[in-house]
Amino acid sequence: MEQIKPKKITLNPFEKVVEKLYELFDNNVLRYSVLITMTAFLVYLPRASSLFTQEIMTNMFFYVVVCLGLNIIVGFAGLLHLGYAAFFAVGAYVTGIMSATYGINFWLTLPFSIVAAIIAGLAIGAPTLRLRGDYLAIVTLGFGEIIRITVRNVGITGGAVGLIGIERPVFFGIVLNQISHFYYMFFILSIIAIFVSYRLYDSRLGRAWQYIREDEDAAAAMGINVVTTRLSAFIIGSCFGALAGSFFAVKMTAISPDSFMFIHSIMILLAVVLGGMGKIPGVVLGAIIVTIFPEISRDIGQYRLIIFAVILLVLMIYRPQGLWPDRQFQSTKK
Amino acid sequence: MTLWEIFLQQLFNGLLIGSFYGLVAIGYSMVYGIIKLLNFAHADIYMGGAFVGLIALSFFADSAIGNAWLGIVLSLLISMFLIGILGVLIQRVAYRPMLKAPRLSILITALAVSMLLYNTVMLLTHGQFRPFRTGLTHDSFFVGALRLTETRVVLLVAAILLMFILHQFVTRSMYGKAMRAISLDRDTCQLMGINVYKIVAITFFVGSALAAAAGVMAGVFYGTVHFYMGFFIGLKAFTAAVIGGIGILPGAMLGGLLLGLLESFATQIPFIGSVWQNVFSFVFLILFLIFKPTGILGRAESERM
Amino acid sequence: MALLEIRDLTLRFGGLCAINGLSLEIEEHSIRSLIGPNGAGKTCVFNCLTGFYKPSSGDMLFQGASLINKKPHFVTYRGMARTFQNLRLFKQLSVLENVMSGMHCRTNSGFFSSVLRTKGQQAEEKHIREVAEECLDFVGILDKKHHMAKNLPYGDQRRVEWARALATQPKLLMLDEPAAGLNREEKARLIELIARVRDERKITIFLIEHDMSLVMKVSEKIFVIDYGTKIAEGTVREVQDNPLVVEAYLGKEEQEDAV
Repeated sequence: MEQIKPKKITLNPFEKVVEKLYELFDNNVLRYSVLITMTAFLVYLPRASSLFTQEIMTNMFFYVVVCLGLNIIVGFAGLLHLGYAAFFAVGAYVTGIMSATYGINFWLTLPFSIVAAIIAGLAIGAPTLRLRGDYLAIVTLGFGEIIRITVRNVGITGGAVGLIGIERPVFFGIVLNQISHFYYMFFILSIIAIFVSYRLYDSRLGRAWQYIREDEDAAAAMGINVVTTRLSAFIIGSCFGALAGSFFAVKMTAISPDSFMFIHSIMILLAVVLGGMGKIPGVVLGAIIVTIFPEISRDIGQYRLIIFAVILLVLMIYRPQGLWPDRQFQSTKK
Repeated sequence: MTLWEIFLQQLFNGLLIGSFYGLVAIGYSMVYGIIKLLNFAHADIYMGGAFVGLIALSFFADSAIGNAWLGIVLSLLISMFLIGILGVLIQRVAYRPMLKAPRLSILITALAVSMLLYNTVMLLTHGQFRPFRTGLTHDSFFVGALRLTETRVVLLVAAILLMFILHQFVTRSMYGKAMRAISLDRDTCQLMGINVYKIVAITFFVGSALAAAAGVMAGVFYGTVHFYMGFFIGLKAFTAAVIGGIGILPGAMLGGLLLGLLESFATQIPFIGSVWQNVFSFVFLILFLIFKPTGILGRAESERM
Repeated sequence: MALLEIRDLTLRFGGLCAINGLSLEIEEHSIRSLIGPNGAGKTCVFNCLTGFYKPSSGDMLFQGASLINKKPHFVTYRGMARTFQNLRLFKQLSVLENVMSGMHCRTNSGFFSSVLRTKGQQAEEKHIREVAEECLDFVGILDKKHHMAKNLPYGDQRRVEWARALATQPKLLMLDEPAAGLNREEKARLIELIARVRDERKITIFLIEHDMSLVMKVSEKIFVIDYGTKIAEGTVREVQDNPLVVEAYLGKEEQEDAV
């Protein structure tokens, strides 16, 4: 039998490093020791750093959560979502209204936040995803603005001023009101988000999303219901966003329509695309870059969006897979 | 005003606004038809058209040309030409390298182009409204119960004329035939010796020029332009394209007119009003996607594998 | 009762008639081929059967139940698997993951069981993997399971597609030009594989093929179509001697020029 060799693959130095890292990470001992060290460092960090650093880190964890949520939709399922901030607003306003107006305990508002996200996701996703996947992009774009108009013009959301006096959550008797509290809260949330992302990625559902992203017709021919599977990605991703929004609301204690502008949807999308759509470490990297970038470059303020646009354009033309490289071989573990 | 007068007035307004939507929708629909791309930048092309028209107009206002309409027509043509070229450039730089890439990549590219145009104009204009001085009078006259101004009548006639010219171009010329052929099967067209890139470029030129025309006309109509003017009209043009059947040109025109009329009448319903006008259009889009996704003129497509 | 029965199937695109009143039957455990000149409508038949195209009229019965208005995923669930004329692999995924896709419609764990990694879900994952590996072994590329699909040579990519179709555990396997682009050895292996699929796995096979030598070696009965209409049906010998078939094939070049 003729021996057929696989095609020769050339990797750049960064890709080699990452490939090496993956190989090393197949070693359980090494993997856990690195993860434990990192966790220990991040747990210790608030004791040794300024409030400013904590604030930025909290913001970063928050971005990790929302980016991973959007990654389920954009990265795993390959659907362009341009109104993610709107889902985020849905969660924030559900919690905000229930907490500020009706004084309901924060933790009890979370299920309602999820239900609201599911309803909104169905209303937007079900008519659109039945058709071509790319209709979703423009419909979510519109939805983002529609939500903003709605919260601006409805009494219950406090109009353009927004909601104030959202109650601080209580966790095992501790009122969470310090920045370090929220640091830990979002740290835990981001760990949960990473964990859930990995579990989903390596599951029947997660694979189905990727099959559809790669080739919709072939996926259908393999017995995958394209419409419901896509819809599930859209709704699960939306729930991530809404939950993050709820936590955002209690951290800020005040929300207004301006917290959920188009630019936020774009920032989150940029992080996902920059890091590498569908690749969890890449998305985390993207989230970190997008949070730190504005901090170290404050004076470019008004040019920021133009720079983002150029980055997106250049990325799509020259490196559509994002900063984090694609793997050439599967992990041999399992 | 009596109910009949309100009806007539809204009918005319709806047709006029709808014809703007239609002109923008044509570009969406043409580009979608030929390369299956939702060109987000199209809304910003429209906005760009308005600004180029504004600059050209201020030039003519200072020069010796006495007739206001002549200045407007010249500005319109200049804007159409320049923005058409811009459309071709965008196509060449951003979209052409992406034609074989996954759909998601080209959508993101379109988004990036849109952001680039939008934010550049925002910076240049400091995010302010700019007056669109045409020097036209606002004398109105009556046709029966309908109160009209010269401006509005001319704009409506011009929009319909542009659509008519486009229709002739697409149905009569070789370019139109090639466009339709490419939308069916791009690879085969290439094999048959059609210069696909050239046809795609022409499509972008025509679509962008029409959007620019709509932009200038909107400037004349509203009297101001601003960087944000493209956002909702982009969404509505997409809605119009979907209503008519995306990829079908007469459908885009019909969809535009229909949406314009619907909106115009909807603002008369006390609860909706003008604040909710955009929300109304969006809900209408969703309803259309649920009940008639192929559009009025569209057929259920049997896509080739 | 035949496993698959097509009755008077017609498919029109605008004014063009891609399939015109086609009727045929495929018995269980048989190997049947559909041949015809280029553009005769062969792939259209597959696309109608698998729910990608909606026929204009006629009926298609699989195990006695109609396939009209059924979505592709449901058709696969019912037990019909197909391959594509042009390879349609999930290029960025590993060979194993590609084949695991076939098991999707035979399993059912969802969001919560995946996140919590329940016992049932773990068992199911193991089962999916085992079936996929077994299918890869069956087509002979188990050793390449961790490669990215796009990095495999063409012949191996074809085999991934067969394994993927087998993993859906079909009753009827529909192969769209399985020999296209294969070299002679690979074709020989394909012929052997087709026979094994039928004999060892008790799967009925329906294939479209251009390579006449291959068709003659594997299939017991052939359907010939031209312009969407069946012009002949029978054993290799019967079909070969049929004057209509000879005309369809020999007249081919002229007709293509005319189009």
